[in-house]
Amino acid sequence: MTYDGKVEVPLYEIAHGRTGDKGDRSTLSIIPYDPSAYAVIAEQATEERMLAMFRHRGATEARRYDLPNLQAFNFVIENVLQGGVNSSLNLDGHGKTLSFLALTMTVLVTPEVLEAAKIAISE
Amino acid sequence: MSSDKMHIGNAAAFAFDRTDVGIPVVESLISSGKPSALFYETLAERTLAFAQRERLSDPEKGYSPNIAGFVGPVLQRCIESAVPIIGNFGAANPMGAARRLHTLAKEFGISGLRVAVVDGDDLRENIRGLQTKQWGKEKPLDLANTKILSANVYMGSQPIADALDQEPHIVVTGRVTDSALALGPLMHHFDWASDDWDKMAAGVLAGHLLECGAQITGGYYADPGRKNVPGLANVGFPIAEVNEDGSLIISKPNGTGGVVNTRTVKEQILYEVDDPANYLTPDVTLDISEVEVEQVGLDRVRVSGAKGKPAPDNWKVTISVDGGWLGEGEISYAGPNALARAKLAAQTIRERVDILGLDCDLRTDLIGTISIHDGDTGQLTRSFSGEPQEVRMRAAANANDEATAALVAREVESLYCAGPAGGGGVRRNTTWRVKTGSVLVPNKDVKPRITMVTEDDI
Repeated sequence: MTYDGKVEVPLYEIAHGRTGDKGDRSTLSIIPYDPSAYAVIAEQATEERMLAMFRHRGATEARRYDLPNLQAFNFVIENVLQGGVNSSLNLDGHGKTLSFLALTMTVLVTPEVLEAAKIAISE
Repeated sequence: MSSDKMHIGNAAAFAFDRTDVGIPVVESLISSGKPSALFYETLAERTLAFAQRERLSDPEKGYSPNIAGFVGPVLQRCIESAVPIIGNFGAANPMGAARRLHTLAKEFGISGLRVAVVDGDDLRENIRGLQTKQWGKEKPLDLANTKILSANVYMGSQPIADALDQEPHIVVTGRVTDSALALGPLMHHFDWASDDWDKMAAGVLAGHLLECGAQITGGYYADPGRKNVPGLANVGFPIAEVNEDGSLIISKPNGTGGVVNTRTVKEQILYEVDDPANYLTPDVTLDISEVEVEQVGLDRVRVSGAKGKPAPDNWKVTISVDGGWLGEGEISYAGPNALARAKLAAQTIRERVDILGLDCDLRTDLIGTISIHDGDTGQLTRSFSGEPQEVRMRAAANANDEATAALVAREVESLYCAGPAGGGGVRRNTTWRVKTGSVLVPNKDVKPRITMVTEDDI
């Protein structure tokens, strides 16, 4: 779909990331492939939207830390692991797979930003 | 005058990591000609509880089960090249681990082994008497009328650095922070002061980057088509080439698989980090918000800019208590109408748990639709539209007692004959669970201990 010349794509097309766990909390990095996507993520991948991605699992809070030097974002999501490795009934008690859920969040990007990501990925 | 560089290698990120990865790391450390150390990280958060249980059944056990598998392949080379090995193999029985290393040396015909044991982390006997504080926002464990299975404080790097003064071949620790396994040898080598916060921060960052082994060299990273990693089956474990000023280069041994680039490094820098400006360790409060990474060669990334703030006065203690039992069973359905048959299987299990009046928390999954990203209520699974060629139904139950958990798992097996058509491939298991919680104790109450164990002591 296009809006005002922009394209709607999942974060997966412009960024990569990794999840880690601390108790019932998930930590989740979102890292743009190309610097041009940093501002897009900063503007659109808000704490509210990230929390919404995990509400169905009982998540109660999402915090975002911006790291412009590192060109990366760090999200911390509370109470998302259904008890974590201690007591989760989910096959993935650590939430190791959750970065690939976060990367399905959609964002609107210009064709230039999308193209820059594609080039960065292929390099 | 200490050398201007030290190389730190890692050869294990957890107790079940590959055991053949240490050889190329050690050869790379030796060929660098630089002062070096090799470390193994084998203690996950709940490992201590399982290790304490093992020690109860056999007083000589309770250390990392694969210690010989890890150390055996590199021991001779490390000793002859003066590369000390540091590992938190001790778990619930650091002295037992030291004795096992001596028998291992004997098996290899090595004499004169010196093992330094660092312990004092085990607070199981006195935790109830200490002034503890709440850890962050975490709801504290209710310890009244509960048997404490393990209570271990995360100690820092100082006792490891002090142990290295005694020139051991191996340092075996109980619970220390993972990063201390790297910072300890760096402090020892560079003679860094423990209140030189930026140096402590640099060393903690080095340890943090290395402690997960292949996670910085292409493991937990590869995504075909966009994050390509050559040679994952032979992925090289990481080496940090650390300068006296704390800046470092992450690399891996020549001839190994994997990749070190700014993407692998960035993913690992933020791995399991909460607030990047306040990463708490007993050695320093690390600020990684200003850290920068730069590709400086093939599979070589420079990392700089770690900043340190004073270490906290209170240290984290992880306490384990009994967590009940988990029963799991899985069965597959394939071909036409597989999804409907798997759904019927899940529904049947729920009804069976009701009929039998089992006291448990039950979850069912339809693996092959959307399950692992789902919550316990099945919201995403219900939103799935598609006709998968095969679906694996999984039932999982938490119960206080083993018999109930086992019964839920067995009910899945009963589906062979009494469930939907064409169910196959049942697997089931029942697992004891450990529940952990953390508290803070004043660091003045923690008394690290260093013991040198030589052949004469065995």
